[in-house]
Amino acid sequence: MIVAAVDAQTVVDAVGLGAVYALMAVGIGLVFGVLRLVNFAYGQLIMVGAYTLAYTSDWPVAASVLACFATVIVLSAVMERTVFRPLRTQSPAVMLVTTFAIAFLLQNVALVLDIRDDTIGEPAVSVASLNQAVTIGGVDVRKVTILAIAVAAGTLALLALLLAKTTIGLQMRAAAADFRTARLLGVKADRVIGVAVLLSGVLAATVAVILTIQLPLVTPDFALKETIVVLVGVVVGGIDRLWTATLGGFAIGFATGMINGALPTDKTVFLPSAVFALVILVLLLRPGGLFARSRAAVVERV
Amino acid sequence: MRRPVDTALALLGPAALVVAVGIGSTFVSRSNEIHFLNALVSVAIVVAIYVFVGSSGVLSFGQISFVAVGAFAAGVLTVPLESKTAVLPDLFPLLRDHTIGNAASLALAAAVGGVFAFLVGLPLMRLSGLAAGIATFAVLEITHNLLREWTKIGPGATTLSLVPETTGPLQATVGALLVIAAAFVFQRSPFGRKVRATREDPAAAQAVGVSVHRQRLWAFTLSGALCGFAGGLLVHMLGSITTEQVYLELTFLTLAMLVVGGLTSLWGAVVGALAVSGLDSVLGNAEDGIGVGVRLDLPEGSRLVILGALMALMLILRPSGITGGRELRLPRRRTA
Repeated sequence: MIVAAVDAQTVVDAVGLGAVYALMAVGIGLVFGVLRLVNFAYGQLIMVGAYTLAYTSDWPVAASVLACFATVIVLSAVMERTVFRPLRTQSPAVMLVTTFAIAFLLQNVALVLDIRDDTIGEPAVSVASLNQAVTIGGVDVRKVTILAIAVAAGTLALLALLLAKTTIGLQMRAAAADFRTARLLGVKADRVIGVAVLLSGVLAATVAVILTIQLPLVTPDFALKETIVVLVGVVVGGIDRLWTATLGGFAIGFATGMINGALPTDKTVFLPSAVFALVILVLLLRPGGLFARSRAAVVERV
Repeated sequence: MRRPVDTALALLGPAALVVAVGIGSTFVSRSNEIHFLNALVSVAIVVAIYVFVGSSGVLSFGQISFVAVGAFAAGVLTVPLESKTAVLPDLFPLLRDHTIGNAASLALAAAVGGVFAFLVGLPLMRLSGLAAGIATFAVLEITHNLLREWTKIGPGATTLSLVPETTGPLQATVGALLVIAAAFVFQRSPFGRKVRATREDPAAAQAVGVSVHRQRLWAFTLSGALCGFAGGLLVHMLGSITTEQVYLELTFLTLAMLVVGGLTSLWGAVVGALAVSGLDSVLGNAEDGIGVGVRLDLPEGSRLVILGALMALMLILRPSGITGGRELRLPRRRTA
């Protein structure tokens, strides 16, 4: 009975982690779809959102969360105008390295602003009550895990509706499939990119709120490790299509959660090696992505 | 007509810069010497990365893993025998009971880096694009994880110290020159030309009988050997090292140096490494309130903010890098 309870516990936590990673994967995948740009600085958007929550801890919770959304959305719009737009025609390597530089910059700005009395890290207390556990059928579930799963499911459903049923959604899908042809057919590039970046900002703010509830101590490297893992998951899943990218993000979160819960602590030190060896294996067998339709990457025919 | 001159300049330009920095390091105070040595070792690492990333056009986040194995191989085997059993008791007997000299350790670092890169590249060089980037990143993660946790091959999560500090001005300069010379010979050779052909157009290269996989593998292996060698230089400069020093931050910084200088030329790799590490040193001194020429007083931590901002600005305004990805050559008269 205890074994069964532990297993259910692990599964619930793993699904919760997978849900958060899936949200981040959508945020990264949306921007990649229209810009062919892997935004490494996505984690720093989340970090800035978390700092906003921390600095507005004494505000009412709703106002604090609103401030978080406003800051992150404004920052992602600024990032699009000042960084992504001038780089649109550049090679993927240059775009990726530039977003490294932006990530590095934002992280160090946070570090400079956050050094007070030689302590680094800002606790966000106002939302911490959601971190308590409730017991459902013998399984301890933190309220935030339920929140994460519900928010992820709701957001993904809304996004699917938006992409499937609205004009802008259709235009975004067209742009992701073939940007030049879409433009020739009258899709406005700036509008499509703007909406994709806006949605990706909303998702970053959502993730910021959930992660800050789970880990209330906000530091400059907040969400950095998560972003790296999600980026790996997105490519392993298949970055060319939004849904395979999202599944990849969910899969790597779920797998990490399951293995983490299943392994005894003294054996987990080599866990990264095992996970990344698996990543290499998947990439070798299915370079186009684990969930992608075609088995191998398409070879150019001249 | 100018071609022989330009060929000579492509080698002599980078070499002259490196020699100038090496000579410069002997004129400054002991505390500033480290900045010059650091710049030279950065040149070695960035040029080693350029040999693969610049020539093949495949973005690799894994080259620092070869720097790491080179650094730890050279480091562990040069710690004096009398202290090694006490500091690193868990090592394999082969590593624990032997100590080699400085030059031998650098050769070993290159060999270990090259063999490791060849073995990793054998399956991985079939990938390209983002899949290659993520797979090489996975190599970095695995290397870091094993070096950090496996105490039979190294110090684990603790600091490896007592490594002889043999990388002075002479060794740093000669080391950087050796890496530049190797990169130059490679890019002039048929191997270099073929791998550049696969960068420009993989389909066309294949059509004329160039094996993309094999050419990338050669470049990857040579780059791994040079990275290992540069890792050896690094550990002998620092005297003590942890696995964190040859991990994410160094990966991002060296890739940024390469892109800032200009991804597709040897000249760009050298200029980028020297420009970024030079700027870093000047800002670091300014932060400590020590003026180099101009006296600046910067608040603590602002060094990295300014460095990040300048790198981002540079990449946005001039994405092809300082050199535009071209080799150094004489200015041409316009013939209209």
